[in-house]
Amino acid sequence: MPVQAVCTVAEAVRLNEFAYSFTLEAPALAAAISGPGQFVHIKCGHSRLLRRPISICDWDGETLRIVFEVRGEGTAWLARRSAGDRLDVLGPLGQGFRMARGEKLLLVGGGIGVPPMLGCAKYAGGSASAVLGFRAADRAMLLEAFEENCKAVSLCSDDGTLGVKGFVDALVCEWLEKEKDFTSVLACGPRPMLRAVARAAARYGVPCQVSMEERMACGVGACLGCAIQMADGTIKHVCKDGPVFAAEEVDWND
Amino acid sequence: MTECVDLSVELAGVRLKNPVVVASGTFGFGREYGQLYALSELGGICCKGLTLHPREGNPPPRIAETPMGILNSVGLQNPGVDTFIARELPELRRHDLAVIANISGNTPEEYGVICGKLSEAGVDLIEVNISCPNVKAGGLAYGTKPELAAEVTEVAKRHASVPVMVKLSPNVTDITEIAKAVEGAGADALSLINTLRGMRIDVNTRRPILHMNTGGLSGPAVLPVAVRMVWEVAGAVKIPILGMGGVAKGEDAAQLMLAGASAVAVGTACFDDPFVPLKVRDGLTEIAAAQGLARISDLTGGVKPW
Ligand SMILES: Cc1cc2nc3c(=O)[nH]c(=O)nc-3n(C[C@H](O)[C@H](O)[C@H](O)COP(=O)(O)OP(=O)(O)OC[C@H]3O[C@@H](n4cnc5c(N)ncnc54)[C@H](O)[C@@H]3O)c2cc1C
Ligand SMILES: Cc1cc2nc3c(=O)[nH]c(=O)nc-3n(C[C@H](O)[C@H](O)[C@H](O)COP(=O)(O)O)c2cc1C
Ligand code: FES
Repeated sequence: MPVQAVCTVAEAVRLNEFAYSFTLEAPALAAAISGPGQFVHIKCGHSRLLRRPISICDWDGETLRIVFEVRGEGTAWLARRSAGDRLDVLGPLGQGFRMARGEKLLLVGGGIGVPPMLGCAKYAGGSASAVLGFRAADRAMLLEAFEENCKAVSLCSDDGTLGVKGFVDALVCEWLEKEKDFTSVLACGPRPMLRAVARAAARYGVPCQVSMEERMACGVGACLGCAIQMADGTIKHVCKDGPVFAAEEVDWND
Repeated sequence: MTECVDLSVELAGVRLKNPVVVASGTFGFGREYGQLYALSELGGICCKGLTLHPREGNPPPRIAETPMGILNSVGLQNPGVDTFIARELPELRRHDLAVIANISGNTPEEYGVICGKLSEAGVDLIEVNISCPNVKAGGLAYGTKPELAAEVTEVAKRHASVPVMVKLSPNVTDITEIAKAVEGAGADALSLINTLRGMRIDVNTRRPILHMNTGGLSGPAVLPVAVRMVWEVAGAVKIPILGMGGVAKGEDAAQLMLAGASAVAVGTACFDDPFVPLKVRDGLTEIAAAQGLARISDLTGGVKPW
């Protein structure tokens, strides 16, 4: 059940030139989280009517953590907040990843899709492996946390400045080729990346779940704004039915 | 002091325990926001627009943010009137609030069939949407032509055994013309305004944000247009008005009531803060109390034009 709460920013740190990590004091929200992959809807100043959806990266009994990059006015406003400031947050929202502790999972994150996979890694309790991709080394983040919480981590970057040069789907194929007993591939990142990962998982017959994005208004399923086309021709809603969907459900045509 | 104000109002013979309802399409069928507070706090709910058959709506993106407003091109996605009656209405009936069904049709006959079904199922009021700008067939065309608006109203009235409220489009040169035509055809009430047609373009990709290119503008940006139109319509007809468009606080609602509305609807502001309908109710009560009014309905039509 979602909660609307005014939360104090307990910690605001910059992870690199582009990404910010906020820890929010949010006991009521944190208590309502059902698992990794849900998101919160954050009010970003009085002049913007719509809240901004941001994934929950990590949480404990008292706090939750979000990690975000500046993309436009709303996230720029958010980035200017500092410890002690208060934020109006609605959440937790949506359906997260369907997974169990101890599962042998392959987690795949690309760019700003990396943070929510940390929640999966922690929830799995060390049984997951991760493939993380960034545009370049200067965009990398949370690497130590993934090392701590995963069996293995492989890295890649578009320009070769971090890990191997190339996209995550090549590494996903390597992993699935090498080890046949992954129970699921869980992925978050830009749509073309998710499509490529979904294809790779399908080729190896491993179930795949993806976290999707769409422009939102209400964030709770009331306005029908965040429509996403499904492979069977129906429409679903990212905020309520997702953001996480089984990859084969999604219509990947643009 | 605020306890002294009688909040109940009447809209086309339907008693609302307070004058704040939620606007069609912004509150679904109440299930989602109903998790945050009791629906019985509301005077009523205008449900998401229903059609005879289920509709998938328009392709995404469907939402674009604009200065103090939003554009939407949801396009009447809904499960169809039969599913509403079977699954949503019984759930809504468990709460103490007026249930207002909002409907759209492709032909006057369709409006009639839907009115028949909803009357039998027992909604409190039917809001006939002749003004949704997101649907290619029918829709807006009815809302912009007095004869067509009158025809739809007449058919709806003939098939409905509950009061019929017709929702007007602001995308017209003279809204009073349509209002009078609809009143003449037997409408029991009017609601206004629906969204204003608008557009937003991403200057880098040179693409409109909405897949449908254009969409309907709502939110605080449209409030002054809504106040003006309610005032004009109130001067032209005798039937009651449900005023809406940009209401985000008590003062906004008071403006619409002074302009002539008997009750108000809150829509887009819920996306900013789901609790806005309750805050509007409380703000309105404070204004009435501060002005020493015994009844909230004393605000209706109280504007003193120059
Ligand atoms: C379920 C979900 C989880 C997300 N999690 C994260 C996260 O953990 N970290 C992070 O940095 N970003 C995340 N995003 C993307 C983030 O919501 C957008 O970057 C942000 O809304 C941009 O707002 P803005 O005002 O800075 O940009 P603007 O472009 O000025 O925003 C204008 C409007 O478009 C919307 N919008 C723009 N880009 C997106 C987008 N990619 N997805 C959805 N709406 C968008 C905005 O919400 C706003 O309504 C997530 C998106 C979704 C849907
Ligand atoms: C996302 C969205 C969906 C809407 N869907 C409908 C609808 O199905 N039928 C209808 O008559 N009006 C619909 N409207 C219009 C609203 O009911 C209301 O008339 C308008 O938004 C102005 O009020 P507001 O500024 O308070 O939102 C919709 C508005 C929005 C924002
Ligand atoms: S954003 Fe309103 S339904 Fe998803």
